[in-house]
Amino acid sequence: MTEPVLRLEGLRKNFGGLVVTDDVSLDIKPGELHAIIGPNGAGKTTLINQISGLLDPTAGRIFLNGADVTALPANKRAELGLARSFQITSVLPRFSALENVALAVQARAGSSYRFIGRADGEAALNADAMAALKEVSLADRADVMAAHLSHGEKRALELAIALAMQPKLLLLDEPMAGTGHEEGERLVGVLQRLKGRFAMLLVEHDMNAVFALADRISVLTYGRILASGPPAEVRADPKVVTAYLGEELE
Amino acid sequence: MTTLVHTPARTGLSAIRVEAVPVLIFLVLALVPIAAAFGPETYWLGLFTRVMVFAIAALALDFICGYGGLVSFGHAAFVGIGAYAVGILGAHGVTDLLISLPVALGVSALFAFLTGTVCLRTKSVYFIMITLAFGQMIYFVAGSLAPYGGDDGLTVRARSTLLGLPLFANDRVFYYIVLGSLLGSYMLCRAFVVSRFGRVFRGARENATRIATIGYDVFRYQRIAYVIAGAIGGLSGFLLANATEFVSPAYMSWQRSGELIIMVLFGGIGTLHGAIVGAAAYLLLEDTLAGVTEHWKLIFGPMLVLIVLFARGGLLGLGESLRRKLFPGRSDP
Amino acid sequence: MSTSLLIVQILNGLQLGVLLFLIAAGLTLVFGVMDFINLAHGVQYMLGAYLAVMFYALTGNFLIALVLALAAALVFGLLLEFTVFRHLYDRDHLEQVIATFGIILFLNQGVKVVWGAAPLNLPIPEIFSGTVVLMQGILYPVWRLVIIGSGLAVGLILYILVSHTRVGMLVRAGATNARIVSALGVDIRRLFMIVFGFGTMLAAFAGVMIAPILSVEPGMGDSVLILAFVVIVIGGIGSMRGAFIAALLIGLVDTLGRSFAIDILRLVMPPSPARTVGPAIASMLIYVLMALVLYFRPAGLFPARGR
Repeated sequence: MTEPVLRLEGLRKNFGGLVVTDDVSLDIKPGELHAIIGPNGAGKTTLINQISGLLDPTAGRIFLNGADVTALPANKRAELGLARSFQITSVLPRFSALENVALAVQARAGSSYRFIGRADGEAALNADAMAALKEVSLADRADVMAAHLSHGEKRALELAIALAMQPKLLLLDEPMAGTGHEEGERLVGVLQRLKGRFAMLLVEHDMNAVFALADRISVLTYGRILASGPPAEVRADPKVVTAYLGEELE
Repeated sequence: MTTLVHTPARTGLSAIRVEAVPVLIFLVLALVPIAAAFGPETYWLGLFTRVMVFAIAALALDFICGYGGLVSFGHAAFVGIGAYAVGILGAHGVTDLLISLPVALGVSALFAFLTGTVCLRTKSVYFIMITLAFGQMIYFVAGSLAPYGGDDGLTVRARSTLLGLPLFANDRVFYYIVLGSLLGSYMLCRAFVVSRFGRVFRGARENATRIATIGYDVFRYQRIAYVIAGAIGGLSGFLLANATEFVSPAYMSWQRSGELIIMVLFGGIGTLHGAIVGAAAYLLLEDTLAGVTEHWKLIFGPMLVLIVLFARGGLLGLGESLRRKLFPGRSDP
Repeated sequence: MSTSLLIVQILNGLQLGVLLFLIAAGLTLVFGVMDFINLAHGVQYMLGAYLAVMFYALTGNFLIALVLALAAALVFGLLLEFTVFRHLYDRDHLEQVIATFGIILFLNQGVKVVWGAAPLNLPIPEIFSGTVVLMQGILYPVWRLVIIGSGLAVGLILYILVSHTRVGMLVRAGATNARIVSALGVDIRRLFMIVFGFGTMLAAFAGVMIAPILSVEPGMGDSVLILAFVVIVIGGIGSMRGAFIAALLIGLVDTLGRSFAIDILRLVMPPSPARTVGPAIASMLIYVLMALVLYFRPAGLFPARGR
């Protein structure tokens, strides 16, 4: 039996009296793509923020590759192989696309406490960054300042940053949000290609994308996991159909 | 935006123009003593020595503020600590710079480390207020040092020496030593900004959360930068005490910290060499206005307001927008 | 140290705390609601004191001078808001700092030109002059008690305004999340003007009240401003309750520290170094307190702003 890449045990988060994550337990196996769906306000982003270390859970524990990371800050979790994208595009606007990615490469390529020598002249960093940009078909925009990229290109850049970290687990918070149909298709294609290389936790509203990509799906409502299983099983679950999927899948 | 980074793919002309400004600045500074020989020499030498001393401190402030987004309102504290190191050691008969310089740099770096540990846990306006408060703390502490002059300050009996050699005694030699220190600080900050470390530091200003989720401990990078800026501020203070042969709590008053910010803003924030231009502009303006009326702050205060409201990007920014108006075809993308 | 001295110093500490609260309240409101860092808040306090001196010289009546000074300070504050501050709200903090710093330079010099550089005095109103016997052997100036009382009263009024009126509700909402307030369809400009005017009056009130026991001089607002910053940082920016508690804390710690540092140090070291080190340590106390609070609670004791 292989160890899960990510394990959540009884995760719980309260904001004041409001329970936004309610006893969530979850395992993600290596190479698996696990999708989380649920209506707005179900607590999906809050869950991702807890896994990536930006929010402290009120109770429960988080394991990465068997190690308890519940108390670790975000940067330590990233060092352990956790990468994430943000729902609201979160790139460095005044860095070029290449430098955005090179910064992620740099984090895994030796010490960054180097004070002398131009970082943007380091061929090895740039080559790896370029490779990641190629994977998301953004290589020809490498020198463009991130602020000047289109929305879809920024989404792709987010993905390239995450790829450059060579993650063991990638958290994707609505990667398709706000993209047009064509750009969405392209991103699905990219994710399809990446599948199997590392485990992924995908939060997404686009049901077509979710059912095309996911190995397993968990349905989150009011911070609680309503159902969890292979796509076909979840699709057929009467609880899910009444609570959430009904109107969208007809 | 005139910055020496983010211009990887730019070619030829504009790249050269960006480099030409700092070269020109240092050339002019190197020639000042020669020009001064034809006028009231001590006056000009003294004024430009002051300009360069403050430029060193402003440079360090621009490093953390312009590239890291850390608006420190207590930067004069480091200048004051550097100056007091010279003053207090001098009062005990220690004038050798092999002792006083490391002490000046070390104590200001230590102060930066300790206060940075607290300040850098907070953000934006908290950071401004807390650095201001710590600056005020050291100001009051200096004022309460009765054995070292208290509020009145104390006279530095002799400029620093090197192994007994009165290296700083000649004003002209001292001028070039200050120029060398400025050039050194400038080159150092420049190197830091474009280095691996600098890239993380700059990134944290753009989006600290992103930098953390990539795997960097933002706090540590910012604290290192803060300590570097503090030490360079200490260097400025070390030179200031030697230039004025006097130290006083006024060196670290909050108005001084404000003036340093103004210098950075005057020259155009986030350019490094802009801080030098800003320091020169501020001190020359102060000198000129003060020559016109003792109430020069009545003119200078509203001027600051107008600059903020109408001239964003400082003097160099003003030059840049002028250039764009004159040569619209060559403007940056 | 004697008990009577301790009681007197506690009262002095309270008086300083109340004064700081009056200044910090306006500062924290303005910052909480408008995200505007106003360094010129300290000069409003100075201006209040100068205006009171001027109007007292004209009328010879403290109460009339107080009312006129408050009105004039309000007009002046609103004028500043209208001509300068309004254009700074959406700028970054650095630009706000520089512009308001420019206003400080101008006004500090301005009062020098108008009223001279020499310190001025405002007499204590006759009915409140003199001292009162608190306990046997403890005399205390009545005016300081008046300051404490009026400060506490203002605190109470503020509390009622903020927690029980519509404007107060908006102010609280604004301090927590400014976007919510604009989404409510409120005239933000008007709200800003009300809050700003109120903050200005509070600072001017503090200036008038303190004028009889401090000398009125250029720059008197500067150090008070920084103390007020310490107060709102400890209390939590935007929090009225935080400002109140932190102001009293700072007032007490600073006053008691300065009075007793040397005595306390003499318990552990010889008198001569104690006399040297004591004042230095006393002047650091509140900043060390601030550092400690922030180390454990980076958003202050009562953070108002939501994540």
